Amino acid sequence: MAILIDKSTKVICQGITGAFGAQHTRGCFLYGTDLVGGVTPGKGGQKFEIDAGSSVPIFDTVERAVRETGATATMIFVPPVLAADAVLEAMDAGINVICCITEGVPVQDMIKVRAVLDAMGRSALRADSEMSARSADLPVLIGPNCPGVITPGAKTGGGERSGDPYTSASRGGGGCKIGIMPGYIHTHVSQSRLGRAVGIVSRSGTLTYEAVWQTSRLGLGQSTCVGIGGDPVRGLNHIDCLRLFDADPETHGILMIGEIGGSDEIEAAEFVKKHVKKPVAAFIAGRTAPPGRRMGHAGAIIGGADDTADAKIKALRASGVTVAMSPADMGTAMVKALG
Amino acid sequence: MKIHEYQARDLLQSYGIPVPPGRAIESVDDAAAAYKEVTERGGTMLAVVKAQVHAGGRGKAGFVRLVQSAQDAADAARFMLSNRMKSPQTPPEGLEVKRLLVAAGVEIADRSGAALRSGGRAAGPETGATKEEFYLAITTDRRTRRNVLIASREGGVEIEQVAHDRPEAILKEPLHPLLGLQPHQARRVAFALGFTGKQVFQAAQVMLNLARLYVEKDCTLAEINPLVLTAGATGGAVVAIDAKFNFDDNGLVRHPELEAMADPNEENPAEARAKRFGLSYIALDGNIGCLVNGAGLAMATMDIIKLHGGEPANFLDVGGSASEEAVTEAFSIILSDSRVKGIMVNIFGGIMKCDIIAQGIVNAAAKIGFRVPLVVRLEGTNVEAGRRLLESARSTLPTLQAATDLGDAAKKVCDAVAAG
Repeated sequence: MAILIDKSTKVICQGITGAFGAQHTRGCFLYGTDLVGGVTPGKGGQKFEIDAGSSVPIFDTVERAVRETGATATMIFVPPVLAADAVLEAMDAGINVICCITEGVPVQDMIKVRAVLDAMGRSALRADSEMSARSADLPVLIGPNCPGVITPGAKTGGGERSGDPYTSASRGGGGCKIGIMPGYIHTHVSQSRLGRAVGIVSRSGTLTYEAVWQTSRLGLGQSTCVGIGGDPVRGLNHIDCLRLFDADPETHGILMIGEIGGSDEIEAAEFVKKHVKKPVAAFIAGRTAPPGRRMGHAGAIIGGADDTADAKIKALRASGVTVAMSPADMGTAMVKALG
Repeated sequence: MKIHEYQARDLLQSYGIPVPPGRAIESVDDAAAAYKEVTERGGTMLAVVKAQVHAGGRGKAGFVRLVQSAQDAADAARFMLSNRMKSPQTPPEGLEVKRLLVAAGVEIADRSGAALRSGGRAAGPETGATKEEFYLAITTDRRTRRNVLIASREGGVEIEQVAHDRPEAILKEPLHPLLGLQPHQARRVAFALGFTGKQVFQAAQVMLNLARLYVEKDCTLAEINPLVLTAGATGGAVVAIDAKFNFDDNGLVRHPELEAMADPNEENPAEARAKRFGLSYIALDGNIGCLVNGAGLAMATMDIIKLHGGEPANFLDVGGSASEEAVTEAFSIILSDSRVKGIMVNIFGGIMKCDIIAQGIVNAAAKIGFRVPLVVRLEGTNVEAGRRLLESARSTLPTLQAATDLGDAAKKVCDAVAAG
């Protein structure tokens, strides 16, 4: 099951012909993602070459790409000031999982995008009179400024050529990587020594890889890893992922990586105490970061006292979360929490 | 990005927010003329001369002076332009002041029961403030994902102290994410601040204009402190006396007019140099230089160095798209700090490729040379190619130690520096 995406998810890339878009489209394809096409306005009808053995079609619009490929997920690599429009275009075309990798999106753009997303969510919830999580056909935004999301598959190949992907459903594996994370550091539960899988959610890109790598080396697999991004206004937050992981039968424990700034981890701590039944471990980066670089008086008034690492660690511990004090101990904290 | 007060005044005026007459000058010779001009336009003898630096604490340092004559203005200008300003917010050696603002003085109305009756939604109890000075700001609240208007009847003072001591004295009004601040919201705040008569609409218009400015210019902070009600001959006007703006660096690309306002004198030279290469660098007080990809991992690297008894000399995030040249530059910035006694490289490649980092290390060895211990931990994208590159250049990297993981790297660099 995992969360958000799995081996049957069809993925497109918006900005497929840019340098990063091209590099990571290829990377996802070689991992084994069912990557079915890409979008670059003005280049519709052309082909994007994965390698000599394979290519995928390029479309002018997301709407056309969805119609022709049946894609339900997208990864966005367009320039920062075009990212908001790219997210809205994906929503407009009915994409469910929108993963915005782009770094440097203006905050004011994200405030508007997030408001549109929230309005869709609210009206749908009212129509369904549901109190629980988003219904399956509502768009979920991951990011921006994030590494993406991956549901690892069992390693069945080399991952160097299109004919020999890292994980392949036809060879008994099959996973889905949408983003820029190195695939090989992840482990499918079937190939893990301890036979258990954890869900990982993180605000930081490379620190997520560190956490994944540690859990893999300690014998754990990962169900799904979500990099939610470090921007002040974004799509999914810690709580959304905690809820999804807690409901996922293939996830045995949850590792949450936070950092200083904002109050997300405090809210997550309260959520864990009230709702989460699975073991949770956490690490908060920035305990030794010097204060400063704050946004003047008004920022301090809004910020409150909750945004320090120590306040977050305290709140998480009070909710029964196993907190690693060293970033080298994130994996061992997870193993310990699993018991 | 931040701008100076004189620039902030221009910005306010371009959005129809009244400010007292003022002029920016760069030489003592212009002080007298500036004084005459602004006081004539303002219909007053009083003017204020203010040093244009980003650092706070100007008043206490003597770099904000009230003057009553052209001679006073020239004296104040001479003092400020020939002395370095020192305050708790400046470096110990102080800041050179290159530009001054000369602005007309404003007579502020007395706060009395007759002049101002508290509205139905008064902002807390009467506080003993005697002048009609207000605080007005807009910032972004990341928790509610909204821009928020913040207002208080207690302007001109340490607003953080007010917020801490009596939170009820602070009003907050969220801006609609798509529609912005609405006139009825601005009026509600104006009434609550105690404005009456036509000043309600003047104050509300200031709020609406400030809200529009905030969103259109991609601000992260827009603060007017104080906003005042004037007395005397030109009395009854709502005027912004001082303002402060911070802008979202990510939005600057669509505001070349703001980018042009950046003052290179206000930037830390090493940080500015790093920025030109797409690196994010912050100097700290320790002796272990760090080169990391990703802000979270960079913070975690600082954390683990401290846990092993070391002190990080800097925060340095090379980002995801750095070139070999940028990586080489990063080492040159780290090594330009003479306190650095060891370097820890911690790379977990995703978008960043390990071989690029390795090539940057090799190039830096050729260009600058590493005399201090260099501990390198590489993992992730192209890690094998990166390790091969370092291995083949081993002879040019006598102080290199490869680390197997994060904990190992931190231990090795801290041990090496401690062994000195």
